[in-house]
Amino acid sequence: MSTAVTASEAPLVPQYTKRDFVSDQTVRWCPGCGDYAILDGVQKVFATLGIPRENFVVVSGIGCSSRLPYYINTFGFHSIHGRAPAVATGIKVTRPELSVWVATGDGDGLSIGGNHLLHAMRRNIDLKILLFNNRIYGLTKGQYSPTSEAGKKTKTSPYGSVDQPMDPIALALASGATFVARAVDVYGDHLRQILTRAAHHRGAVFIEILQNCPIFNDGTFAEVENRQERPEHALELEHGQPLRFGRNRQRGIRLRQNFRPEVVETGEGNTNEEELLRHDETNPALSYLLCQLQQPEFPVPIGVFRAVETESYEAAVHRQIAEAKAARKPGTLDGLLRQGDIWEAAGPRA
Amino acid sequence: MTGEVAPTGSLVQVDGWDGGNATGVAKGSNGDRPVAGRLGSVVIRFAGDSGDGMQLTGSQFATTSALIGNDIATLPDFPAEIRAPAGTLPGVSSFQLQFSSGEIFTPGDEPDVLVAMNAAALKVNLGTLRVGRTIIANTDGFDASNLAKSGYSANPLEDGSLDGYRVIPIPLTTLTMKVLEESPLPKREKQMCKNFYALGVLYWLYSRPLEPTEAWIAGKFGKLPDVCAANLTALRGGYSYATASELFDARYEVPAAPQQPGLYRNISGNKALALGFYAASVKAGLPLFLGSYPITPASDILAELARLKPQGVITFQAEDEIAAVCAAIGASFAGAIGLTTTSGPGIALKNEGIGLAVMTELPLVIVNVQRGGPSTGLPTKTEQADLLQALCGRNGECPTVVLAPQSAADCFDIGFEAVRLALMHMTPVFVLSDGYIANGSEPWLVPLESELAEIPVHFAVDPGGFQPFLRDAETLARPWAPPGTKGLEHRIGGLEHSNGSGNISYEPEVHEEMVRLRAEKVARVARDYPPVEPWGDPEGDLLVVGWGGTFGALRTAVKEARSRGLRVSHLHLRHLNPLPENLGEMLQRFARVLVAELNLGQLDMVLRAKFLRNTIRYNKVQGQPFRSTEILAAIESAMEGDPR
Repeated sequence: MSTAVTASEAPLVPQYTKRDFVSDQTVRWCPGCGDYAILDGVQKVFATLGIPRENFVVVSGIGCSSRLPYYINTFGFHSIHGRAPAVATGIKVTRPELSVWVATGDGDGLSIGGNHLLHAMRRNIDLKILLFNNRIYGLTKGQYSPTSEAGKKTKTSPYGSVDQPMDPIALALASGATFVARAVDVYGDHLRQILTRAAHHRGAVFIEILQNCPIFNDGTFAEVENRQERPEHALELEHGQPLRFGRNRQRGIRLRQNFRPEVVETGEGNTNEEELLRHDETNPALSYLLCQLQQPEFPVPIGVFRAVETESYEAAVHRQIAEAKAARKPGTLDGLLRQGDIWEAAGPRA
Repeated sequence: MTGEVAPTGSLVQVDGWDGGNATGVAKGSNGDRPVAGRLGSVVIRFAGDSGDGMQLTGSQFATTSALIGNDIATLPDFPAEIRAPAGTLPGVSSFQLQFSSGEIFTPGDEPDVLVAMNAAALKVNLGTLRVGRTIIANTDGFDASNLAKSGYSANPLEDGSLDGYRVIPIPLTTLTMKVLEESPLPKREKQMCKNFYALGVLYWLYSRPLEPTEAWIAGKFGKLPDVCAANLTALRGGYSYATASELFDARYEVPAAPQQPGLYRNISGNKALALGFYAASVKAGLPLFLGSYPITPASDILAELARLKPQGVITFQAEDEIAAVCAAIGASFAGAIGLTTTSGPGIALKNEGIGLAVMTELPLVIVNVQRGGPSTGLPTKTEQADLLQALCGRNGECPTVVLAPQSAADCFDIGFEAVRLALMHMTPVFVLSDGYIANGSEPWLVPLESELAEIPVHFAVDPGGFQPFLRDAETLARPWAPPGTKGLEHRIGGLEHSNGSGNISYEPEVHEEMVRLRAEKVARVARDYPPVEPWGDPEGDLLVVGWGGTFGALRTAVKEARSRGLRVSHLHLRHLNPLPENLGEMLQRFARVLVAELNLGQLDMVLRAKFLRNTIRYNKVQGQPFRSTEILAAIESAMEGDPR
């Protein structure tokens, strides 16, 4: 591809600030929307990665989340409902050197676009997929989504939704994404930390970002969003560290028999820290167990559930092409056209 | 094609052949017999169970005939079921080909020779065979079980019902087993060689060399020596059997056809399209990206391009049709040639994506290898009923360029042209192929790379004054600025936006301006085509208008009508949107216009609406191509009506 497009000549690591990633478009989310915080996080992290600005592409589908590309001063593609992972796949496979990000939501990514999300993660293509989960359809003004709680009353479920919600993290793990994480819109430092790790990961990244919709689903993640409540309700995952939470990190997660987790108190006279589960981002059984921790019995795990490196899809595609070229010279177009059963009709060519 | 026809082919010159009763032919005393006659053209239909290898047998015969210089055209016809129960009517697969010593345009209306491997194959195909023609029947395929499965109460080979035909009964399975006595293969595998035995018989009958098929077998089964040997033995066995037995009174020759000098290759439409796209990518200097989801009858294009890894072609077998088109759009945005291939049902799914490509004004090539519809329809049969879907299948005012190849070999040129127009005009381009030309094959005069047009590509690189929707004054194409280009960072999307800046805008005037600009941009593509001229005379009593894969039948019929003195011409449209600029004027030059299509009148509707021209329509929707005789009858009937 480098033959076709002028590669940017940037021997030096470009120095950027957040401002370099702010586009000239007015941001049109509702006041108080969690998307502002996510936009801020993305712009700040982009400025720190040492990647030339022109090598970023942000692709989105349809929904409030999907307005994100308009506000970031990089290449951007606001596509159609649910299809961002597919559009992004075409971009990344064609141009592996680009840093390709996908903004989607619980409706866009899990409902209409569920198939593309699943297969992008299965292939382990190097896309950074940010799924803004606010458990509601916002842009269409408040219908229940695939992550809405059962019984939720909305305009289209006046008697309460009889759908069961799905868990985005469980889907990502089952699909084979090699980097799976959960973040919260208003935890700026934590979000930026996760985004930074995601940027350096080679392979399919899936980050569920819990996001508040102040208009149609205000307070849906109140316990974890609230600064005061957060320590008691959020379990921050750290690779190799025991699973602890609480204001004084006095509580932890332990396994009972039969692989059943439980919340225990630690410290003097209580459970020994050695008995707590230790996080391991490379252990799929543990990752799945963690994504099953549900409120109110358990805290909400945030951070990286899974991070493993295997060959990414676009790398495999181009490795195969390189190997094929090495094994069998591409030859000329004339040679290719003249393969198979050919014959010459007599006389000079007309 | 037409005129006096002998049971085993069309005679151009007869030596000792009396038109079916060949008793007068001198028989050789030791093996080979003299050539009884030279035939102008022959149509053979191989028919058997879908597991009998009829497609392979037919295509081997076609390839060999092409290699010795005949003009050929083929028509594979197979069921959607991979292996319907053996011996049943739904399981019958057939392959028809015409080979000729003169120019031909179709695989022939009806066979001169039907090779029936079993009773079901006879039953399904007998209707296509005129009385007096030849049936070569595998008698082993007419046992009680075969007869019952195909609904025969008595054996048609014995009950006199085929008396009007020239029936040549051969126990092909038994004879195959016999020549393979020494082979270590299990019985079932030996039986599977009977198609090569049959091929050997026909090679003798029509004086074909065995070498091309021998070479093919050696290449195909080189790693399985027993299979290789058995197939070669069966092929040679059939040839020897025909030589030695007295089933045939004579053998025939179909001499080479005069061809424009040059290098030829026998090619199917799907293969030719794949090569056309790749050739265009070479001439444009851009990578080719195909996003596709398997679907009959388009899957072969994906398979063909997937082989071109050493050439750097990227093929992406997507999770569904929608992902396939969207990935192709992403690839186009990224600076490659984005291509997606499918059939009608797939287009129904892709249409929202195609709308996005229209809105974002990205180059994109969309192939629809049409099949019988609606819904799943007739997956393996041909039809032309997706023209209106291509022209107006999407929401909003959403024009694209629409092209249609007229034959298997023409697929190469149309594939190349589609890429060229998409890149030059920054627009999606449809290619409407169909199942008939996709699977059928014909000789293709292979072009040299140096004869192919260069396809200029201008990526925007200069940030000075760059705007993503600032248009070329001539074509109205917008600039193409792939990611990675410093200083040209911009956003595009499916929302309405302002001309120039591309900024989202819901202003009433902006929307109208953009709708009209997008339409005008596509309309101007017609400036790129040469004016069309009818074949025949520039004016006359009747113009036969068609498009796509019906070319051969229409041209054959018009040729015949003209030889009968009718003032008929033929116009075959390869550009369906925008239509050629001189088309309206040309239609007025003829007293009558007959529009023949394999649908209920879609192009006809467009022509009437656009040119306010009265027309006569001729339509057929049976999943089968036109026969030239049907068109000829339609021409004669049209000539009887009042002009205009």
